[in-house]
Amino acid sequence: MDRRDSLKGLLVGSVAGGLLVTGCAPGETKEVAEEVASLPGYGRTVPEQEHDKKVLAEVFLNEHELETIAVLCDIILPATADIGGAKDAEVPAFIEFILKDMPRQQLPIRGGLAWLDRHSNKLHNLEFKKLTNEQQLAICDTLAFPGKTAPALLAGEKFFTRMRNLTLTGYYTSALGIKDLGYKGNQPNFWDGVPQDVLDEQGLSYEKDWLAKCVDQTKRTDIATWDDEGNLLT
Amino acid sequence: MQIIESAKTYDVAIVGSGAGGGMATKILSEAGFDVAVLEAGPYFDPAEDQYRNQLRWPWESPRRGASSDRRSFGDFDAAYGGWNLDGEPFTNEKGTDFRWFRSRMLGGRTNHWGRISLRFGPLDFKRKSQDGLGDNWPIGYEDVKPYYDKVDKLIGVFGSKENIKNEPDGFFLPPPKPRLHEMHYIKAARKTGIPVIPSRLSILTKRINNQRGSCFYCGQCNRGCSAYADFSAGTCLIFPAQKNGGKVELFTEAMVSEVTTNKEGKATGVTYINKLDRKTYHLKAKIVIMAASACSSARILLNSKSPVHQDGLGNSSGVVGKYLHDSTGASRAVFIPKLMDRKIYNEDGVGGMHVYTPWWLNDAKLDFPRGYHIEVWGGMGMPSYGFGFNPNDLNKVTGMGNVGGYGDSLREDIKRYYGAVVGIAGRGESVPQKDNYCEIDNEVVDEWGIPVLKFNYNWTNNEVRQVKHMQDTFEDVLGATGGILLGNKPGADTQYGITKPGEIIHEVGTTRMGDDPRTSVTNKYNQLHDCENVFIMDAGPFVSQADKNPTWTILALAWRASDYLIDQVKKRNI
Repeated sequence: MDRRDSLKGLLVGSVAGGLLVTGCAPGETKEVAEEVASLPGYGRTVPEQEHDKKVLAEVFLNEHELETIAVLCDIILPATADIGGAKDAEVPAFIEFILKDMPRQQLPIRGGLAWLDRHSNKLHNLEFKKLTNEQQLAICDTLAFPGKTAPALLAGEKFFTRMRNLTLTGYYTSALGIKDLGYKGNQPNFWDGVPQDVLDEQGLSYEKDWLAKCVDQTKRTDIATWDDEGNLLT
Repeated sequence: MQIIESAKTYDVAIVGSGAGGGMATKILSEAGFDVAVLEAGPYFDPAEDQYRNQLRWPWESPRRGASSDRRSFGDFDAAYGGWNLDGEPFTNEKGTDFRWFRSRMLGGRTNHWGRISLRFGPLDFKRKSQDGLGDNWPIGYEDVKPYYDKVDKLIGVFGSKENIKNEPDGFFLPPPKPRLHEMHYIKAARKTGIPVIPSRLSILTKRINNQRGSCFYCGQCNRGCSAYADFSAGTCLIFPAQKNGGKVELFTEAMVSEVTTNKEGKATGVTYINKLDRKTYHLKAKIVIMAASACSSARILLNSKSPVHQDGLGNSSGVVGKYLHDSTGASRAVFIPKLMDRKIYNEDGVGGMHVYTPWWLNDAKLDFPRGYHIEVWGGMGMPSYGFGFNPNDLNKVTGMGNVGGYGDSLREDIKRYYGAVVGIAGRGESVPQKDNYCEIDNEVVDEWGIPVLKFNYNWTNNEVRQVKHMQDTFEDVLGATGGILLGNKPGADTQYGITKPGEIIHEVGTTRMGDDPRTSVTNKYNQLHDCENVFIMDAGPFVSQADKNPTWTILALAWRASDYLIDQVKKRNI
């Protein structure tokens, strides 16, 4: 499996097989199976589908950069005893896609990764990903706290902040992250007000007049009718 | 290139399938007219899975719902396009920066809008009589009221009877109960002495017929509703018109370039480019209705030059494109410590705010004209791209840990502040200016070869002072929540944080109505003064726009104009 295939495995919901006719030698053609990366549908227009296809086929990060990103993702949001971390949520693959989809992110990330390796080489004569975990964390400690960073390391701070943002947004928009957050919506239901224990805890209560105007959820499927004055009858 | 003629002549050609075009389609097809609807984008039906954005999870999008040049409001927003349309640019006069949101698709921008459905009040049609600025409409609330009533019943809007002078009540469905952040806003508004009432949104909290479902509270109206439980022009007007057996022929991917006229100056149809084969077609029609959006309709009229209409169709007054105006906007947010570490439950609610503040100072002496309303947001929403950025900046405020960092503590930070920020935004009425306009940029064409619009728009001191008042109000009411206001209060250096013209997407007024053909484009029935068989049924004919979102008034006026059109055809005046 080459690098592109392994990326596809990370990224792609489905890999559609297609047949492509390519020339091999003059006068000779051969049918080869070409795997075309694609995504499950999510309500895209035709130009959007074409854009996605183009982005999926691109390669931006090299193997080393991707591995360093994976190390950083693991440091920024590791797994806990209860739930997986950024790597389990396939955040490196998300970042790989985002960099191709948002070219404005490419230079800051690529340059930041190179800065990190230069910094690591100066300190330990080793690339960042090859350091011991303790050495890696020691470097992160000098980059991860805006306002406390040595002036010479500010470029590294900026990079780390960007990596933290991408890692967290990748995680909390994944199934694992939504589970960790506890978000309960995105499903059919009906809203019938703030739970009473929450109101009590917040020291709030509904105004009686206001509640009287609100929908009676037991009648929400009844067809509305009004009198001539606009008073609801049903 | 040869222009391909339509085989038949339609009774009516309707340019645009949004609120105005949708309403005209429904009323005219049900009256027996043979209608052609031309839409510059593709077909869209949120009930079909291939178009569905609703109830999708963020990870279904590889960019997790982020906005892009292809969808400005994010991957799951129903509006295709937005601030940018590939191949269809516009330009700005030096020193001005108008933003133009366009959505090329069946139903247009009604697919994603906020569903805020406010009637203009009696004062809103006659503002010049009160402040001496701008112009009065040639019609008043009493002319439009019967149509607002009919629109309420046909489409459905929730709200409450409040008997507020300039906020007319209607035929309302009952509103949903406020959510927790809205309860905090209500409490703060009561303390501050500004009104707050249930919002008025075109979302079905009860069924209104057997064709459309009732709301199931996913909070995703902007994604398009598969149950048709909110208003969009496709689901509530055009599809029902087709199902009712009307003669409705839909031309999607049809980019109209001009209205054609004969020697007498009467309209004979429209020419359009089929975006799929890039050929030019002529669709013959006895009557043409422009409903392409205020600026797009102005563009088509200005590009429709002929010996009779030398400055563009309907433009003998020279005011097509003039008096362009958008709502003012400004916003502020507050962090409410009491909302930290919230108990988590589903509070998606309807798609949009459950409460709002209508304008309350019609009778006050202020240093600016016209008013604004206040919208509220907040809550424990579904994460999408951007969620988790700067996860613990609020630690600066609370002192509850580091800013930045890494590791497990970030999980705690995220959960601590989830749903603890509440925002409010003002939307105000600007005074229309003749000097704020769009015109044809003769130097630039789009990919279809059609000359594009150039904008020239600057706010006046009236709008800037109004927004200053908004910021003072925001500070008072958000301060009264007991929370900590975020960011610095915008000052004079940033014109108090006023949005750029166009950004609120309420652009109206480019073909304003009036009794005097020398100073207006249409008469009080949306009919061109210069050409009796052309009507404008988008927000172009608005004389002024109130602080109310334009859609409900577009719908009411399009219905009213359609009734007039039917009557005129019966009387053989057209």
